[in-house]
Amino acid sequence: MVYKKRLDGRSIEELRPMDAKAGVIPNANGSASFKIGKTWAIAAVYGPREMYPKFLQNPKHGVLRCHYNMMPFSGSGERIRPGNNRRSQEIAMVMTKALEPVVDLSAFPNAVVDIFVELPQTDAGTRCAAISAASIALADAGIPMLDMVSSVAVGQVDGTVVADLMYDEEAYEGVVSDIPVAMTHNGKEITLLQMDGEISKADLLKALELAKGATEKVYQLQVKALKEKFTLE
Amino acid sequence: MIHNKDTILDLAAQQKRIDGRALEEYRQPIKIETGISWTAEGSARVQIGDTVVMAGVKLSQDKPYNDTPDEGGIMVNAELLPLSSPEYESGPPGPKAIELARVVDRGIREAKAIDLKKLKKLCLTPEKAWFVIIDIITINDAGNLFDVAGLAALAALRSARFPTVNLETGAIDYKHKTSTPLPLLKEPLPVTVYVLNDALLVDPNADEESAYDARLTVASDADGTISALQKGGEFPLSIEQISAILDLALEKGSFLRKELNKAVP
Repeated sequence: MVYKKRLDGRSIEELRPMDAKAGVIPNANGSASFKIGKTWAIAAVYGPREMYPKFLQNPKHGVLRCHYNMMPFSGSGERIRPGNNRRSQEIAMVMTKALEPVVDLSAFPNAVVDIFVELPQTDAGTRCAAISAASIALADAGIPMLDMVSSVAVGQVDGTVVADLMYDEEAYEGVVSDIPVAMTHNGKEITLLQMDGEISKADLLKALELAKGATEKVYQLQVKALKEKFTLE
Repeated sequence: MIHNKDTILDLAAQQKRIDGRALEEYRQPIKIETGISWTAEGSARVQIGDTVVMAGVKLSQDKPYNDTPDEGGIMVNAELLPLSSPEYESGPPGPKAIELARVVDRGIREAKAIDLKKLKKLCLTPEKAWFVIIDIITINDAGNLFDVAGLAALAALRSARFPTVNLETGAIDYKHKTSTPLPLLKEPLPVTVYVLNDALLVDPNADEESAYDARLTVASDADGTISALQKGGEFPLSIEQISAILDLALEKGSFLRKELNKAVP
């Protein structure tokens, strides 16, 4: 059996409906909400502020620090016990690496810019939604940035290369691969790349090509969200 | 941190507030939304002024406690997220989060708001019962978390529906909900009255919250029955003050209940 028609009727390059907003948390220096399908990420940026614990300070430049957390009721199964786990720590790390290349913290030695991402509900693609939300929140906070980072998953479901897999596609019977990608807008450089599953080199390159167009759609929405906040009535 | 504590206290003595509100007036907007998380059995987002709290209800099946073999159970957990305020740090819940969770928990538990025996009867797997876990999550803490959290918890409970259960295997299918709501017998709501320079006020903003002398949280039911109390702050309270606080808390309890009824019929 070949995966011809997607489970929710989308075309292969079509993303789920998205919604983005900048400035959703008044206490934060910058914040954003990013929804894609039934996955929802809320990001808050605090800083630049003094880095604690102090031994993590870098006297040459500020440090970017990401935190990723699924709310206890955000999984599609049983309640998730609150607190850090191995998965959330790894995602926080790859998020930091995905955003660092576009953030210039050279003017803030010894400081930290904290990004907290929380997910109230999830249906695959959470790290991508987290990165897309974080990138809007960084811009909203006025952190010096060289570029925007936009992120979406691509992959292959039973022989067909598709964009933005939802959970039922990740769990599809047959050979499936899920490839979260983050891309800079101007440079079209890839700052996040992971994969679960199996794929041929040819299909992988096809998927990455698809990611260009997919992340561009995310970028357009990120810019729109920022413009909506900063355009006066 | 706070720069205008003296101003706030002086204003309170004149029955005035720093943002121009009356002492017994809640901030606007008051927004109550339910069904914000498809993965939760019940969920709500409540906003009062700039304070935003989310609450989610998850249901699970477990063995009843030894001392209550014919009852299910409830648990309330609160997380003061570092996302919601520069004052909060990552890590396990501290005393403030635990107090918040326990005050909301007591309001619900002691009012016998949820029919725990029914949680056992509704569970078709013998030896097991339903357990209700309420998670309270702060999104923006701009003061008065107790009232906002209590409202969010109740809105989430009201909107909750049991998941379907496979009768053969007993497995819970969280992706498909039934139309069965939780067995709610009563609906307690907390109202916190703050004492500032002998004035009584409700719904403090963040500045007022760091200037108060004492506070008393009063959880009450639709008929005015009180189901939980929690005093906080450094100053003691007289019985006369407590009586006045209870009057105000019950009045504001019915005000918040009307808001809830409008939003979640």
